Amino acid sequence: MELALNQPAPLLKRLSWFDWLFAAIVAAGALFALSQYADYMDIYEKAILLAVIPSLAVAGWFWKPFRPLFLVVGAISLFAISQYSGNLARMEEAFFLRFLISSQAAIMWMCALFGFATLTYWAGLLARSDFTLKTGSALTWSAVAMGWIGLMVRWYESYLIGADVGHIPVSNLYEVFVLFSLITAMMYLYYEARCQTRQLGAFVLLVISAAVGFILWYTFDRGAHEIQPLVPALKSWWMKIHVPANFVGYGGFSIAAMLGVAYLLAGRGILASRLPKLEVIDDMMYKSIAIGFGFFTIATILGAMWAAEAWGGYWSWDPKETWALIVWLNYAAWLHIRLVKGLRGPLLAWWAVVGLFVTSFAFIGVNMFLSGLHSYGTL
Amino acid sequence: MNTATPSFGKSLFELLSSMRFAISLLSILAVASIIGTVLKQSEPYANYIMQLGPFWFLVFEKLGLYDVYHAAWFLVILTFLVVSTSVCITRNAPNFVREMKSFREHVSEQSLNAFKHRHEAVTAHAPEALAASAQAYLEGQGYKVKNLPREDGVLLAAKAGSWNRLGYFLAHSSIVMICIGGLMDGNLIFKAQQVLGYKKIETRDIPQSQVPAISRLSPSNPSFRGSVQIPEGSSADVAFLNVADGYLVQELPFTVALKQFRIEHYTTGQPKSFESDVELFDHAGNKIREATIAVNHPLVHDNVAIYQASFADGGTRLTLRGWNLFAPTASSFPLAGTVYQDTTLTSEAGEHTLEFIDFRPFNIENMGGDIVETGSAMSVLGGSPVSDNRHLRNVGPSFQYKLRDARGQAREFSNYMLPLELDGRWYMMSGVRDTPNEAFRYLRMPLDAAGDIDSFMRLRGALLNAELRPEIAARFARQALPQEARSTEIEDKLKFSASQMLALFAEGGFQSLGRFIEDNIPEAEREKAVGTYLRILELATFEALQLTNQQAGLPVPPADDATGWLVRDTLNSISDMFVYGAPVYLQLMSYDEVKASGLQLTRSPGQNVVYLGSLLLTLGVFFMLYVRERRVWLRIKPGHALLAMSSAKQTIDFEKEFTQHAQALDTLTQPASTPAKNPEA
Repeated sequence: MELALNQPAPLLKRLSWFDWLFAAIVAAGALFALSQYADYMDIYEKAILLAVIPSLAVAGWFWKPFRPLFLVVGAISLFAISQYSGNLARMEEAFFLRFLISSQAAIMWMCALFGFATLTYWAGLLARSDFTLKTGSALTWSAVAMGWIGLMVRWYESYLIGADVGHIPVSNLYEVFVLFSLITAMMYLYYEARCQTRQLGAFVLLVISAAVGFILWYTFDRGAHEIQPLVPALKSWWMKIHVPANFVGYGGFSIAAMLGVAYLLAGRGILASRLPKLEVIDDMMYKSIAIGFGFFTIATILGAMWAAEAWGGYWSWDPKETWALIVWLNYAAWLHIRLVKGLRGPLLAWWAVVGLFVTSFAFIGVNMFLSGLHSYGTL
Repeated sequence: MNTATPSFGKSLFELLSSMRFAISLLSILAVASIIGTVLKQSEPYANYIMQLGPFWFLVFEKLGLYDVYHAAWFLVILTFLVVSTSVCITRNAPNFVREMKSFREHVSEQSLNAFKHRHEAVTAHAPEALAASAQAYLEGQGYKVKNLPREDGVLLAAKAGSWNRLGYFLAHSSIVMICIGGLMDGNLIFKAQQVLGYKKIETRDIPQSQVPAISRLSPSNPSFRGSVQIPEGSSADVAFLNVADGYLVQELPFTVALKQFRIEHYTTGQPKSFESDVELFDHAGNKIREATIAVNHPLVHDNVAIYQASFADGGTRLTLRGWNLFAPTASSFPLAGTVYQDTTLTSEAGEHTLEFIDFRPFNIENMGGDIVETGSAMSVLGGSPVSDNRHLRNVGPSFQYKLRDARGQAREFSNYMLPLELDGRWYMMSGVRDTPNEAFRYLRMPLDAAGDIDSFMRLRGALLNAELRPEIAARFARQALPQEARSTEIEDKLKFSASQMLALFAEGGFQSLGRFIEDNIPEAEREKAVGTYLRILELATFEALQLTNQQAGLPVPPADDATGWLVRDTLNSISDMFVYGAPVYLQLMSYDEVKASGLQLTRSPGQNVVYLGSLLLTLGVFFMLYVRERRVWLRIKPGHALLAMSSAKQTIDFEKEFTQHAQALDTLTQPASTPAKNPEA
């Protein structure tokens, strides 16, 4: 808790030497990348790279655990890259790559760790064991680290396949499902620390486990983990910002839905004594939807601007666009009801749960059942 | 009922500005939007009739479901949403502006006492001194504070987060803005002209230049979204707008000429880029500029954005060799054709119209072949992310055509230029299907040792030639019998059988043979008979091959596996010819490719309005969600201080902040007057 009379010091004065070191490392890394690969980037990509410096630095300043995560992911990813020595076949030979940190191995570790984290959170919730819950958080952190390493290394691997094949790994359903799991887990970890409650991890990790289940099915049944070159429509710098922004939105909505489930259960006395107070769950649910809505708004706008450049119109009533609008309208209505009418309680929790179905349809259902311009991730 | 009119107006205003109405509109809009995603939009009307049947087709058409998002009723809902949002803004605006500015300094002590969030403290400080320190504290917390002297002390009125209200304005007016921008880019002007009878949709398939003025839109049309397909070396000064079951011709303010269209491929064969080199000319023929348009890289000129949207064949010239499949000879005839053009074929089977549909320079096919997984760690982990494209192969060019008989019945064909390897042997492939929904069935014609279909064609001609039959049968009989059995009755019998088999086969392939066996052989002996007859047929065909080789001046075919397969494949292929559905096979010898680029041209004056609206929307949403509006009052009297706090949204964060301020007040009112620091909790 803040000192009662201490004025909140300006952010810059509250920073420790580690904060500055972190920012310096981020800047050094980005500038090194810029100096090395400037020839391969267009002006927008350079701008995005430069904008990443302050974004990551500020993210680390506001959310301290982000710093070690970033450094660990960075260090291990660089180690993995060094293990390749520019030869893709090393994936099957080098010990670390083969079993731990080639992209596919790392992502499979992520899947396993998310699975363990889910079980651990539930054990901790049912046994009222703080230690077990903390273990659940630690496992979730490890899963997040492994997942990011997997994506980073995958990014590098795509360039090893071919200089013209290489691209940021957010281009198909497999890659974005990994991204979804990571972003959802990170958003949850942030709120977990902020609201000082770990019990809700048991619920949030369920939706991540579902995503993990999908990743596994998609890998083993469909071989979707293969890196494919980009279709011309996706070759654009817009992808780098449109897709991640969207997944902050999806992540927020998914967390809210799982909290809605927890709220409804607790409201009926199920697990009530083990879960935090209803107001806390409600507050967290609101915050997830708020951040999700904000980013979903940005993502949809970015998508419209990209569409204007790729398809010749910022809005074509393409099924994906239309469903994005429906999702947006849904949560806009949710926020109106809560903020303007001041409504609380089970209705909003139910609504958040139903919202997940609407969101999932926009996310996967459209690709499965409807056809349109946006058919990059077909099942 | 004098008051009826004003109260109606008032209640209409109430309704329009009510949130329930707005939420209902949003819900209706959402449901209406879903319809458009489930039913494919803007398809040719014929597709809908097939899908829905004539009755529902009309019902759906009346409801405007084929273009939901431009249907009148949909626009009405949107308009209502805009009106409702605007009314909501006008209704709340004055109040909100007042709220933003106001410190609510006239609040009475009585009402402060009624606040849910209030905290009292006893103090020994002079009111002014306490007011000063409290003001400093609140300002440090980001509050704007007004110090108001009262008769018996001081009232501090403070507020923070007024931008929340600004967020409301931004978010809601931006919705109106986005909708207006969208309407500017919509086709309202055309719709009005259509209703008034000034413009009409063209539904006939006629050359562009013959489209009458009533279906043409002038270059000054403020907004449009059309497309045009330009072959290499040609140009266009119009674009086509698809509307309902017809189209409109949009005249462009310039002429676009396509110099070249390029497709680049990845090594795996997937397309990597589509690019068009274009030149723009004004209508006087002066070159304005030159540019390359690619996907994601449009060209903007004169507020018209030109996009790479699609590609197609632009009228490739094909040099063909035609084979009369049922002629008893092996001669072919030369033929030339151009994609999208028709030509007439005259044969014994009657007159056919040959319609060239398409030409594809690349065909990436999955040639199958199981990839053996090695038992490695990678397979446990789902395998390597490096895709295995060994089974993908570019099988070369193909061309598509329809053959329409005199009755108008047409079949579609797709022929590959190069042979394909199947089961280790090479064939020329020709695909055929009766309707576009079917998959192609393939006629495979075997290649000879020289890699041509000539041997097949000669053999086919010989087998269909009734005049050669006695000789083939005779050769067969002589070969089949040992020396001493020749010139006996057995030889005559064999000759007869072979002739009969060959004649039956030439009539309708294996099917006629099958029918013959069914009609003439008792069931118990059929299986054996089939074996014997096939053997006779194959051996006779081998003799025919020797004969045709001899006639063509070629060496005697060796009696090896390759020849055996050539014979068998030829028989299969001839048998398939009877269900091939065309009397002629067209072999592609060479081509001169002409590509066409599909460009989309748009003019959207509302785009910047929409973008500005989007920016405001984003700002508004974040202000609304992340700026919390709070008010604090501190009523200080000699010896007593009352803290009251309010917020429109009472969240956990608000409760926390109130507790913090209450503690601060306790600290400030402490007699020591030293603002002691609390130990960190």
